[in-house]
Amino acid sequence: MKVILIAGLSYIAEQFFPWWSVVIFAFLVSFIIPTKGFNAFISGFLGVGLLWLIFAWMIDSNTNSILTEKIAQLFQVNQAGLVVAMTGAIGGLTGGFAALSGSLLRTINQKEPVKPGYYK
Amino acid sequence: MKIFGFVLSLVVTLGLTIALSVKIGSVPPLGYFLDPFHGFWQNAEPEELYIDPALSASVQQPVSVVYDSMLIPHIFAENDYDLYWAQGFVQASYRLWQMEFVTHVAAGRVSEIVGERALEYDRAQRRKGLAFAAENAWQALQKNDTARQMVEAYSDGINAYIDALTYKDYPVEYKLLNYHPEPWNPLKSALLLKYMADDLAGADEDIENTNALKLFGKEAIDRYFPVFLPGRDPVIPTERTWEFSPQPLDTPQITFQENTLYTETIDEPDLDNGSNNWAVSGSRTRSGVPLLANDPHLGLNLPSIWYLVQLNAPGVNVFGATLPGAPGVVIGFNDSIAWGVTNARRDVKDWYKINFTNDSRDEYEFSSRRLKTQQRIEKIKVRGADTFYDTVIYTHYGPVVYDHSFPKESLDDVPLDYAMKWVAHDPSMEVMTFYQLNRSQSYGDYVKALEHYRSPAQNFAFASASGDIAMWVQGAFPAKWRGQGRFLMDGSHPEQEWKAFIPKEHNPHVKNPERGFVSSANQIPTDTTYPYYIYDHSYEHFRNRRINSQLSRARGVTTRQIMDLQNDVYNQKAADILPLMLDSLELSALSAEEQDTYDVLRRWNYRNTVSQSAPAIFRTWWRGLRRQIWDEFISDEITLDPPSDAVTIHLMKHSPNDTIFDSKLTTTAETLNDLIQESFQEAHQSIEKWEEEHGQPVNWGDYKSTSIQHMLRLDPFSLDNIPVGGGRNIVSANSERHGASWKMVVELGKPVKAWGVYPGGQSGNPGSYFYTNMVSTWAKGEYFPIRFYQYPEDNPTSVMARQTIQPQSSE
Repeated sequence: MKVILIAGLSYIAEQFFPWWSVVIFAFLVSFIIPTKGFNAFISGFLGVGLLWLIFAWMIDSNTNSILTEKIAQLFQVNQAGLVVAMTGAIGGLTGGFAALSGSLLRTINQKEPVKPGYYK
Repeated sequence: MKIFGFVLSLVVTLGLTIALSVKIGSVPPLGYFLDPFHGFWQNAEPEELYIDPALSASVQQPVSVVYDSMLIPHIFAENDYDLYWAQGFVQASYRLWQMEFVTHVAAGRVSEIVGERALEYDRAQRRKGLAFAAENAWQALQKNDTARQMVEAYSDGINAYIDALTYKDYPVEYKLLNYHPEPWNPLKSALLLKYMADDLAGADEDIENTNALKLFGKEAIDRYFPVFLPGRDPVIPTERTWEFSPQPLDTPQITFQENTLYTETIDEPDLDNGSNNWAVSGSRTRSGVPLLANDPHLGLNLPSIWYLVQLNAPGVNVFGATLPGAPGVVIGFNDSIAWGVTNARRDVKDWYKINFTNDSRDEYEFSSRRLKTQQRIEKIKVRGADTFYDTVIYTHYGPVVYDHSFPKESLDDVPLDYAMKWVAHDPSMEVMTFYQLNRSQSYGDYVKALEHYRSPAQNFAFASASGDIAMWVQGAFPAKWRGQGRFLMDGSHPEQEWKAFIPKEHNPHVKNPERGFVSSANQIPTDTTYPYYIYDHSYEHFRNRRINSQLSRARGVTTRQIMDLQNDVYNQKAADILPLMLDSLELSALSAEEQDTYDVLRRWNYRNTVSQSAPAIFRTWWRGLRRQIWDEFISDEITLDPPSDAVTIHLMKHSPNDTIFDSKLTTTAETLNDLIQESFQEAHQSIEKWEEEHGQPVNWGDYKSTSIQHMLRLDPFSLDNIPVGGGRNIVSANSERHGASWKMVVELGKPVKAWGVYPGGQSGNPGSYFYTNMVSTWAKGEYFPIRFYQYPEDNPTSVMARQTIQPQSSE
């Protein structure tokens, strides 16, 4: 559920904002919806990671890897599939840490109420 | 503890986000780059392209753009402004990165993109005065309303495209190098043409010649660098007589002594830049109408140097090759005429010693006067470093290229305090030539169009549907006294200056010659009856003779035969000299394997086809032999150009006892035969070594290994080892990195028909099917029929997409 929410909101955000908007949305979703630490990370990782992975994979197969293969050689990984995986991993990692941060901020708020923005 | 955990997680998140948003070393910002919604993924295109069928933009009347199945746009506009606006818009849509990058290269602005490693390159570009030249050209253009409106409309179209871009739409090279396009302006079009002038008319051998004169003496210079070598086959047939009296010129009595031997100078353009063109009269063709062919040889690059387009508006309907960055068609045809160009080499760049009167170099001696210099401060932005300021001194001749700050490791043996005088620095309006050629209906129109054309000088082949064929060697050529500018000159004597240009009507030309065809292949323009002094040591001596011998024999010529000639791989050079080389070998001294190599060469049909080994053996042998013959010209300390292949062959045939054949490295007297024997055995070894390294028998295709390289030298965006025959000095001139950058054949019947191909594709996007879709056809020597539409709805089966651009006010 949370994974879908993060993925959906990130997708919408990316229509209007640069790539880092996924960080903000993964963070916000995790801040609003309670999840335990590791699960929060997973939800962000899967939400953004799967979104990026699936869209990268779709573009790759629609275009017969015409550019993916060239980028794979540039990055010296030599396989289009690895660039797709890399895209998913990069999206996943940033999404995961953003969600984790959101969730941790929430737990702080619950037990020790502080003014928002204090720790920024 | 919880706070600590949160802070740690937040720091990791922010750190990751920032790290993925900046370029680290050569790695692009990965967050931006890999994001499937904005990054490089958005540059990947399916084979079936989506082209927006309706746009609204700042055109004056509706414009219709019809893309054929090769992604060639056929632009139908109602007026000139809209026509050139649309050309700019469409070219930018497919070639924006290339257009901007080339103009950055010309302007010496590469450091802005790649940082300090391009700084010396940028300084050289600026010290050659390319931006100065472009500014002069743009000033001249502004005085002509037609030319100015053309270039401005073109610029507006490009900017309309750029203005609508966001990161997601940028060509992939911007994303890789992490920068963004800047607004276009007309000066950039001028810069592009000066880039071409530098590539095609930027070479000179004055420093090398001066060194050689000092080392070997005048007698050797006359022998090894003759002004006219016997056996030349000039552009203008030798039957041509010159009925004008030339500009009077006084040869000064001053001899200028230069006492220093100079070292390596800035890079010279590649001599493989050459081209073929010819036109055959209707009396010699099967169809009875004239045929015209052109294949310009340039560096084989991606995105391709040419972009094909049809331009249709009231008063013009033209198809052909354009240079992304400049409006109009450069090589092409319309309903009435066709034209093609080859480079017309001539010494149009000279060097003058400046006697500065003081160390601040603000004054110099000229005749009995003192003239003021001007300073041009070149501000070179460098990515990741401080802006570099370079002060370049300008004299009335031109820029003083070398000084104590340039080149960086400057020593006293670069030609310090020499000013460069170069035709391309002068104001000019080459785009007007193309504007008028595109609209020409007749020989008279063509001749008038050429009046504006100064640099880089070209041999303009012409054919018309009304039956005329012609060739003009057109450019601004200084009228020189014999030997002027061959060596460094004294800038303080007015007698050494260029006094006048050869009047345009005196430029070599011929119309409807008796032999029934015109042709050019970068050879000497005329024979010695032409009343002006002409010199260049690199005039072609092989391709031109092959073309002329084939064309002079041909009757009832078909377009197929014209294509075969463009793809002809006959090695004229080998035919000229290999028999002598083989006859000179002492066969009894050869090993069994060497004997085999000898047999391969003996049986060779002189064709540089991909599969044969003989072309590779001959090339290796010839290069080795040349190195041995001209060992006097090989030096690490000073710069020298050895004599040409043509001269080498002439000496071998007619003066085999010349002292040059005696090696300076050995004490025993060597003969030409000794050199031939030694170099043959070396070539045999070298080929054996190649075969060992590659684990296969040698063949010309793999040995030569033609590649088409991306302008950034990125291998994945380039094509390697393309199986294509030919080579240097061969009509099919495909060498390692150079070749036929566009091949066009036009039959001037009613309607006019044409065929063409180039080693690339219409899209500059490495993520597009149309990036290299013509390459295999090009390599096979085949052609695509050109679609030449008369109206937007013409020939609907060949149409891939249609786009209408509406004026914004009519929304």
